[in-house]
Amino acid sequence: MSTTTFRKHNVLPGFNISLGYTLLYLCLIVLIPLSAAFFKTYEMGWQGFWATVTAPRVIASYKLSFGTSLLAATINAFSGLLIAWVLVRYDFWGRRFIDALVDLPFALPTAVAGIALTAIYAGNGWIGQFFEPYGIKIAFTPLGILVALTFIGLPFVVRTVQPVLEDLETELEEAAASLGADRLQTFLRVILPAIGPALITGFALAFARAVGEYGSVIFIAGNVPMVSEITPLLIITKLEQYDYAGATAIAVSMLVVSFVLLLIINLLQGWTKKRREA
Amino acid sequence: MVRKLAFSLLAAGTFGIAGTATAADYTLLNVSYDPTRELYQDVNTRFIKQWEAKNPGDKLTIRQSHGGSGKQARSVIDGLEADVVTLALGYDIDAIAERGLLSKDYQKKLPNNASPYVSTIVFLVRKGNPKNIKDWNDLIKPGVAVITPNPKTSGGARWNYLAAWGYVLKNGGNEAQAKEFIGKLFKNVPILDTGARGSTTTFVERGQGDVLLAWENEAYLAVKELGPEKFEIVTPSISILAEPPVAVVDKVVDKRGTRKIAQAYLEYLYTPEGQELAFKHYYRPALTEKDPFLATRNKNTFTKVKLFSIDEVFGGWSKVQKAHFGDGGIFDQIYEKK
Repeated sequence: MSTTTFRKHNVLPGFNISLGYTLLYLCLIVLIPLSAAFFKTYEMGWQGFWATVTAPRVIASYKLSFGTSLLAATINAFSGLLIAWVLVRYDFWGRRFIDALVDLPFALPTAVAGIALTAIYAGNGWIGQFFEPYGIKIAFTPLGILVALTFIGLPFVVRTVQPVLEDLETELEEAAASLGADRLQTFLRVILPAIGPALITGFALAFARAVGEYGSVIFIAGNVPMVSEITPLLIITKLEQYDYAGATAIAVSMLVVSFVLLLIINLLQGWTKKRREA
Repeated sequence: MVRKLAFSLLAAGTFGIAGTATAADYTLLNVSYDPTRELYQDVNTRFIKQWEAKNPGDKLTIRQSHGGSGKQARSVIDGLEADVVTLALGYDIDAIAERGLLSKDYQKKLPNNASPYVSTIVFLVRKGNPKNIKDWNDLIKPGVAVITPNPKTSGGARWNYLAAWGYVLKNGGNEAQAKEFIGKLFKNVPILDTGARGSTTTFVERGQGDVLLAWENEAYLAVKELGPEKFEIVTPSISILAEPPVAVVDKVVDKRGTRKIAQAYLEYLYTPEGQELAFKHYYRPALTEKDPFLATRNKNTFTKVKLFSIDEVFGGWSKVQKAHFGDGGIFDQIYEKK
């Protein structure tokens, strides 16, 4: 009886049960499938694993996949911020419509996006035909991959930055201006630190989504080995040869790289948050 | 309340089981590859009619599943309960056999290597044939852009690759020359789609490339759908005999009690009616020598072409797969050498 009096009670009810549920859920949905991938790889031994994940074609695909994904996420960080800004700060006719439009890349099946983008950016497409005479090919080159990845990643940045911008009071900017800050200073010193963490989260989400993207990219990429072959396609290629272990080996290496990158981004986010609070 | 619910569920369950046992309801699942969708829709309608007429009281439903041949085989390996598989190449059914789902000598169980219909690889070019492409050696000329899917991801594309290889060997070339030829050919391929339908779209809708390597039935379908005023078919001097085999999945039919009907379904493909349907969908019927009527129609529709089989030139799929399409195989070497 006396021990119970010492037990600390959380303010909110059901803490233990919700924690248990969280752990169980994460195990079932995330950890078990992932560990299956690791076990499958285990069959091939360390040497086989290393030979598979460092083959020249695989290395070329990492460079392409991670490179274009980072670039696409960076583009989205800028344009997404701008779109979020416009949607929050300006009231104009058709704003709701534009707002809904942003979510479209979420909702569209990726294959549809891929086919549509290819149709537009191919040499005979609406946009592609203007670039073709200058010798710029968009579809069926790495540039096409960038276009597809930018398309699918856009909503992530807009939707993470938007609510933070909405909470940001214009009085803050007015105060900065009245204290003599110019517009650039206000943006860099007042607004950017406030939305920084959200912007980084959006960037990370867009990046993660782009790395794993398969459906839209294969249509527009051209898929030429060493040039425009993304890592997820190599995984499918291995599966097509019934090489389950090889496929999961590449998947695991991709997972590890992605995890490390996301961890770095998360740490960076934590750091910016702390800096702002200090 | 709960007990009552459980009771009614139980009752419904027993009733359901009793119901199926007496009414002789059958379902078959045919797991096939992409371009056979329309063919099997026709086959299923006719076969169901025939079966239900012969076995009054039976109710037969045939479901079909289509996708890339390799992906379909993997689904069956991973547990999709296919009664029959009708795939693009023997290698994919071999892979199922290796997992013990069906016997390895399935190609001996039905006539003509278990391929009720066959096809070959032809060229689809733009109207008027502006690059004047007549035969395989025109494909390696500088400035000719060839569209074909990636043979590592597309079963159908392996036939394209092997047809080109066989062309060199059949013209007195050796392995080294064939390898060089294939290297030059793929240098001319600007876009490698993952599947045959993807390549067709790239060539037809996106206007990429000068020539599409395609299965004959796909090429005829493309010309029929898109109009002969846009594309024409060029048949090379020699090509490969593409045999898409069919097989009963032993483990599944024994478990589900559908062996008799699955066997009859595949045998139906060899009947004059089944052969006629294959013909209608631009496949070359397999049993033309036994049927003079079909033989004449065959001759009138399809351009005569010398065909070689994969067993004759390459010694079967397992050898081909390892040497050409395995990791570090000849196809990889084309791209990995700097």
